[in-house]
Amino acid sequence: MAKKKTIRTIPQERTPMREQDPLVRAKNFEEVACGYSLEDALRESERCLMCPDEPCISGCPVGINIPGFIQKIGEKNFRGAYDILTDTNLLPSICGRVCPQENQCEGVCTVGESLEAVAIGRMERFVGDTAIKEGWINIPYIEPNRFRVGIVGSGPAGMACAADMAKAGCDVTVYEAFHQPGGVLRYGIPDFRLPNAVIDAEINNLKQFGVKFECNTLVGRLFTIEQMIEEMGFHAVFVGVGAGYPTMLNIPGDSLNGVLSANELLTRCNLMRARDFPNFDTPLPIGKRVAVVGAGNTAMDAMRVSIRLGAEKVYCIYRRSRTEAPARMEEVHHAEQEGVEFHWLTNPVAVLDDGKGSVRGMRCVRMELGEPDDSGRRRPVAVAGSEFDFETDLIVYAIGTNANPIMGQTSQLKLNKWGYIGADDNLATSVAGVFAGGDIVTGAATVIEAMGAGRKAARSMKAYLGIRDSALPYVSADGTGTLFGIDTRERNFARVRAA
Amino acid sequence: MSNFEIVTREDFSDVTYLLEVHHPLMAKAAKPGQFVIVMLNEQGERIPLTIADFDQKKGTITLVIQAVGKTTKQMQQECQVGTSLYGMVGPMGVPSPISHAKKVLCVGGGLGVAPIFPQARGFKEAGAYVIGVLGFRTKGLVFWEEKFRACCDELILCTNDGSAGLKGMITDGIKLAMAGHPDLEEVVAIGPPVMMKACAEATRAAKIKTMVSVNPIMVDGTGMCGGCRVKVGDEVKFACVDGPDFDGHLVDFDDLMLRLQRYTKDEKAAHERWSESCRMTRQVGASALDALARGSAPQSELLELPDPIEGVKGG
Ligand SMILES: Cc1cc2nc3c(=O)[nH]c(=O)nc-3n(C[C@H](O)[C@H](O)[C@H](O)COP(=O)(O)OP(=O)(O)OC[C@H]3O[C@@H](n4cnc5c(N)ncnc54)[C@H](O)[C@@H]3O)c2cc1C
Ligand SMILES: Cc1cc2nc3c(=O)[nH]c(=O)nc-3n(C[C@H](O)[C@H](O)[C@H](O)COP(=O)(O)OP(=O)(O)OC[C@H]3O[C@@H](n4cnc5c(N)ncnc54)[C@H](O)[C@@H]3O)c2cc1C
Ligand code: SF4
Ligand code: SF4
Ligand code: FES
Repeated sequence: MAKKKTIRTIPQERTPMREQDPLVRAKNFEEVACGYSLEDALRESERCLMCPDEPCISGCPVGINIPGFIQKIGEKNFRGAYDILTDTNLLPSICGRVCPQENQCEGVCTVGESLEAVAIGRMERFVGDTAIKEGWINIPYIEPNRFRVGIVGSGPAGMACAADMAKAGCDVTVYEAFHQPGGVLRYGIPDFRLPNAVIDAEINNLKQFGVKFECNTLVGRLFTIEQMIEEMGFHAVFVGVGAGYPTMLNIPGDSLNGVLSANELLTRCNLMRARDFPNFDTPLPIGKRVAVVGAGNTAMDAMRVSIRLGAEKVYCIYRRSRTEAPARMEEVHHAEQEGVEFHWLTNPVAVLDDGKGSVRGMRCVRMELGEPDDSGRRRPVAVAGSEFDFETDLIVYAIGTNANPIMGQTSQLKLNKWGYIGADDNLATSVAGVFAGGDIVTGAATVIEAMGAGRKAARSMKAYLGIRDSALPYVSADGTGTLFGIDTRERNFARVRAA
Repeated sequence: MSNFEIVTREDFSDVTYLLEVHHPLMAKAAKPGQFVIVMLNEQGERIPLTIADFDQKKGTITLVIQAVGKTTKQMQQECQVGTSLYGMVGPMGVPSPISHAKKVLCVGGGLGVAPIFPQARGFKEAGAYVIGVLGFRTKGLVFWEEKFRACCDELILCTNDGSAGLKGMITDGIKLAMAGHPDLEEVVAIGPPVMMKACAEATRAAKIKTMVSVNPIMVDGTGMCGGCRVKVGDEVKFACVDGPDFDGHLVDFDDLMLRLQRYTKDEKAAHERWSESCRMTRQVGASALDALARGSAPQSELLELPDPIEGVKGG
């Protein structure tokens, strides 16, 4: 038997990932992090201690069998690693790239207590990318049933729910308002973090499960959720329309030209390809000195996009300190490398006008950290008399989003007091047969949490429709053999919840 | 996916044209005051256009478009019967509230004439006495007069040069209607922001409820980007999901007009580049055809167009 690994015997340093040089990449939209090579992945897999209590699994919102897949990598059985990953995570290539691992799986890794944590996300990405390169896909045996399922929104929540329902044998249609599917993955997260080819590959996998995509479809307005159930023959519907509705600061000067939301900047740049203007028709505001307000992932993306679009100076304005910044650590680090100037503990109080309706500058006030607030973070308070002005010609707000109002306007779905869709622990909404999850239920969260919600809703939907969960082995009534998938013989399509 | 076929095309003038697009589901769902977002091709911009009419039987929706810039001019050139749009999504926006007002003035100016039509018809169907006021620059631009006559109890046509109907600005038409009908309960106005502003001013003193349909720059049309925000009273509203109809006495039109100019420079550049490349295509096309007729053109010359920008510099 091989000697048991200990914290002393494993490679002490986390295997670095090759990256484009900051000076080069600041001028292109190619992916920043180049991914692990086979040797890198093998070396990093050695760092996992295979802890019997598997703390990392509980850190992952979908509970991936992390030591399991790392072990397969160590055995050079990459297909095996892929199979374990896709048991729980439909989108390993995406999550490996965008999960805030330091707060999730890697944040609780045992190795992380004394050394740098095992690079779980990077290995996950390696396996996912290998699968895309090799064309691997796990299509289970699918026993078609008579159910039709409608999915509203093609972000990670909708994609995950669609995949599970298709695997369970349902006829699944995904409706998307934009002309291309993917949700925030497509319109928000820029190519240098998540290339479109990766999203396309994952969507193609879904199509192979039989999932149909209908773009250019604004549900609620073209047809309502109720119509989907009553007239269009859907037996169940999942709503994953994301949050959207960007928050403005509500300070003087908000509506000046040159003030826009990060969503607008990113959508123009990523989805509408405005960075290729005029080959693509959509224009994009180009700033010389760009001030981005906020320090989440959206803010980092807006700053790094601005740098690539040729801004001379990019400032990050955030009212708390670096420790409280909600962005992935790696993104803050990358933004610093690419030349973003961070102004922590700084809060905007007014946008200054050039007299012709455009932005000339911004007035800010310095902050200091006071008592902890409800979120447990120390509340920033303004330092009296510390106002100062600086010059900027483009201001981007990345200070969060509110619930998109369309579902509330057009359906009977009960909303909570913040306007998000109300759902119970099983993600069932107030309308029978309608489930909801992702950002539109929780408010802005993460890709993997949205995906987890999509899968959870799929489980509830299967229960509602009377489909046995394909993860549970089913012993047929006459005791012969084991059946996976739906219970076709019993036809126990009993509704779990009364209509 | 991109199967939004154009089934009818009509040209009202050399700047205004009508497209009827096949979309049975949307024809069923559309209500007065709503709009669509159209993409001509994969590289195209998303442009918002009001649903000017919808026909459930034929399964079509009608758009009336004024060629003002790159996209609308390119559509004017390329959208012929039998061709398809790359994308069309809608109906978007909150439908216009067709109130129970007994006497209503429906005002449409320029590109607002078509979109006011479904509202005029809606009010008529709701039993109101409908007075239409339509404003055009000149007689040659007038369209849909008959269509309006069919659903309006009275129609006042104004042209700036007096070549048809009343000579004067659209506000003159409004004043005339207000003078004749002191019992007006509601005014609905659609058109360029200056016109809607003037209209709101005309009714402010008399405190007649005045609804306008704002047209800020949009991207997604689903409430996600905030590009379409407008100031209404003390609040900031997103026109695509909170509107596009708002109380005209509360809308900050100056702010709206300023924000519409955000991309003027880029739009002009795109337009110039595009029309230059059109001109070059036509020229090269013509001379190459000539050459072909004389039997002297090698085939490859026909396929290679000079770069329009280079062309400008060289010539
Ligand atoms: C710029 C940016 C960067 C981010 N970076 C990260 C990151 O690095 N890591 C991370 O974990 N998370 C990140 N997030 C958060 C993460 O992307 C979201 O939490 C996640 O995408 C939410 O998924 P969702 O499926 O709920 O919704 P979305 O991804 O928002 O998808 C919803 C989809 O529904 C469509 N839709 C909306 N209304 C309708 C309708 N009426 N009819 C039809 N379709 C409709 C929308 O067009 C959209 O495509 C980032 C978010 C942003 C904005
Ligand atoms: C809700 C709504 C309904 C509309 N309905 C109609 C309609 O029924 N018929 C019609 O002809 N036009 C309508 N418009 C205006 C139409 O969208 C613009 O004319 C079009 O986007 C211009 O595109 P372009 O590339 O041809 O011109 P550009 O070169 O882009 O711009 C030319 C001019 O149009 C303005 N403009 C540019 N983009 C937009 C935009 N997205 N929205 C509004 N104005 C813009 C610019 O400020 C500029 O002055 C509507 C706009 C909105 C918001
Ligand atoms: S999905 Fe995200 S949290 Fe889960 S193991 Fe992968 S990287 Fe970690
Ligand atoms: S906690 Fe870290 S070392 Fe332990 S099993 Fe998980 S990844 Fe491996
Ligand atoms: S067009 Fe983007 S929010 Fe209205």
